Amino acid sequence: MKKDIILSGVGGQGILSIATIIGDAAVRAGLNLKQAEVHGMSQRGGEVESGLRLSDAEIHSDMVPLGSADIILSMEPMEALRYLPFLHKDGYVITSSSPFLNIDNYPEEKVKSALAAMEHVITLDLDRISQENSMPKSANVILLGAAAGVIGILTPDQLRESIRNVFASKGERIVEMNLRAFEIGQEYGR
Amino acid sequence: MTQVKLLLGDEAIAEGAMHAGIKGVYAYPGTPSTEITEYIRHSAMSRENGIHCTWSSNEKTAMEAALGMSYAGCRSMVCMKHVGMNVAADAFVNAGMTGVNGGLVVVAADDPSMHSSQNEQDSRFYGKFAMIPTLEPSTQQEAYEMMAYAFELSEKEKLPVLLRITTRLAHSRAAVRISADKPDTVRKPADRDRSAWVLLPANAKRKNLALTAKQPHLEQLSASSPFFRISVPDYPAVSGNQGAHSGNDSVSGNAGALPGNAGAVFPKGIIACGTGYNYVMENHVLEAGYHLMKISQYPVPAEAVRKFATGCSQILVVEDGQPFLEEQVRSIVGGDYPVKGRLTGDLPRTGELNPDCVGEAVGKKTVPVYAVPEGIVPRPPALCQGCGHRDVYIALNQVLADYPESRVFADIGCYTLGALPPFCAIDTCVDMGASITMAKGAADAGLHPAVAVIGDSTFTHSGMTGLLDAVNDRSNITVVISDNLTTAMTGGQDSAGTNKFEAICLALGVEKEHVRVVVPLQKNMEEITRIIREELEYDGVSVIIPRRECMQTLARKKRTAGRQA
Repeated sequence: MKKDIILSGVGGQGILSIATIIGDAAVRAGLNLKQAEVHGMSQRGGEVESGLRLSDAEIHSDMVPLGSADIILSMEPMEALRYLPFLHKDGYVITSSSPFLNIDNYPEEKVKSALAAMEHVITLDLDRISQENSMPKSANVILLGAAAGVIGILTPDQLRESIRNVFASKGERIVEMNLRAFEIGQEYGR
Repeated sequence: MTQVKLLLGDEAIAEGAMHAGIKGVYAYPGTPSTEITEYIRHSAMSRENGIHCTWSSNEKTAMEAALGMSYAGCRSMVCMKHVGMNVAADAFVNAGMTGVNGGLVVVAADDPSMHSSQNEQDSRFYGKFAMIPTLEPSTQQEAYEMMAYAFELSEKEKLPVLLRITTRLAHSRAAVRISADKPDTVRKPADRDRSAWVLLPANAKRKNLALTAKQPHLEQLSASSPFFRISVPDYPAVSGNQGAHSGNDSVSGNAGALPGNAGAVFPKGIIACGTGYNYVMENHVLEAGYHLMKISQYPVPAEAVRKFATGCSQILVVEDGQPFLEEQVRSIVGGDYPVKGRLTGDLPRTGELNPDCVGEAVGKKTVPVYAVPEGIVPRPPALCQGCGHRDVYIALNQVLADYPESRVFADIGCYTLGALPPFCAIDTCVDMGASITMAKGAADAGLHPAVAVIGDSTFTHSGMTGLLDAVNDRSNITVVISDNLTTAMTGGQDSAGTNKFEAICLALGVEKEHVRVVVPLQKNMEEITRIIREELEYDGVSVIIPRRECMQTLARKKRTAGRQA
């Protein structure tokens, strides 16, 4: 069994934290994993992407091949669409519907209609949800929660345990908030 | 005892070096190499073992300090991005001539596709240039294991060893099995052999002959390396058959069972290295009948390549970077033998390889199901909101609007983003330190105003000597040292000159009244623009230092303080 996931968003939105949580869960589950990250100049408010590959067999390429991703998990709707060529026929797009407007020519209507035309898509208004629940810094974990039912190769329980691990150093309050964020996300993923 | 850790390629190298018993790592930050040194700096093992790990001013000072540590009998590592090799080159190439005492490993992180760089240069050429062993891992696990191997190789051959990685390996994470033992720091007596270390022509000529004579031996080591491998498909066993690759100890798989006789059709061959090997394996080439050679060490093992080619009908060379291996394979097999790769268009001539272009080269073209919807626009990086460089460019643009002949020579760092809208404020960005010296050259040619914009860390890396040239020539330039108190682009490492810039400029001979410090904030715009105007009008060297802490390091400090409170 394998899962190829494309994580995307805008630099600073926390996609690498999602990768860290999934990575921790994968290692604990004894799965093979490769995760290609983006560092350096591209992080400064530009488009960022990280390919995450999980498998019970050996993984060779650090990069996700075209047409092979099972999930595109994105903190930003246009950034989800940018990586569509990597998605396989029955793959899922799980994305925030809240546009990150740091460019003048953002094609809001085109993004909306393109997402609406997708067959396997889960969108959630992450800005609103994270604000309503007073957890703006956990928007990424809400998104992970929304994907929990689709990831498959890891159970929600395994992901929860890794949320504990990853945030443990920041104190129990932060751990609890992120577990709650994960649960809220799960509701939207159903 | 072993343990499993989820590590970036960079971090695997750091673990490997620490477990090999290094006494020091010397480096200047540069994407994608930075995380090697960062990891060592933050590790408990470096504190326990007293590993030296503060940042160097530039790659040359780093290389020389590491050579000194090697001379004194300890193992040392130098890390840099590919263009850093140009800065370190004088020391690097001559370290091949002196040789080493304690093991010395130079890690060069190349950036094909230029994710964060100015060019696509391939550091393997430097290894060949210096005639020293060069290693190239394919996976994070290999990167870890190669470090112990590299230090042993360095000490055994008494040569520095170059380890070359690319962005994809440096910044990709995988589970790595590493030792759980606490390593001992390796320490030998300091070297005393002056004939080896004093590169006077008489000594250098002798060393040059010895190094050149050693090359066939180094080639053999490349073929006997534990990371070298020839894989062939699992054919049904054919008895009494002399396979094309038989007799090579490194053969894995069902060697010697090539179903061939005099009239047989030879299989296609692939020679791959580094991350290129991973993409080849991703495409199941063995199942498709290809024979595969994995090269992980240079100089290229010519004899092994020749023999491998003899058993194949053609060779496809798969390598990330420039066609370093492909050119050499061509010259080894010679004549009309078909060698395919980047030079023949079977793989893209430039840019990073990926599983898809390699797939296409082995006849497995993927057609994506979904296209990027029409209307999706790029989202380029930008200077952070609140960044002091923004105020510097706003001020410069305002003043320079009155000087249509002016040019702004900029440099390498976050502030290079001043090239993009909304600022469009800079005219050049070439290499570390070139802002000051290019402004000087332009001013010497009569261009006015010639303005240099350089960051604090870039100034101490390679700007100071250029400023001295300008002072000695009384060049008519205005230098802006945009000081954010850190090496920001690479994630906020210490900057070598923090709190020393006025003193450095005065000591280099800039006149006191023309070293001006301002705080780049909107509310100070009137003062800043007035000072810029005054210094543009001064016929000589002026330095303006806008100083305000980087927003990223400031935010990080606040977070840390918040957690501790």
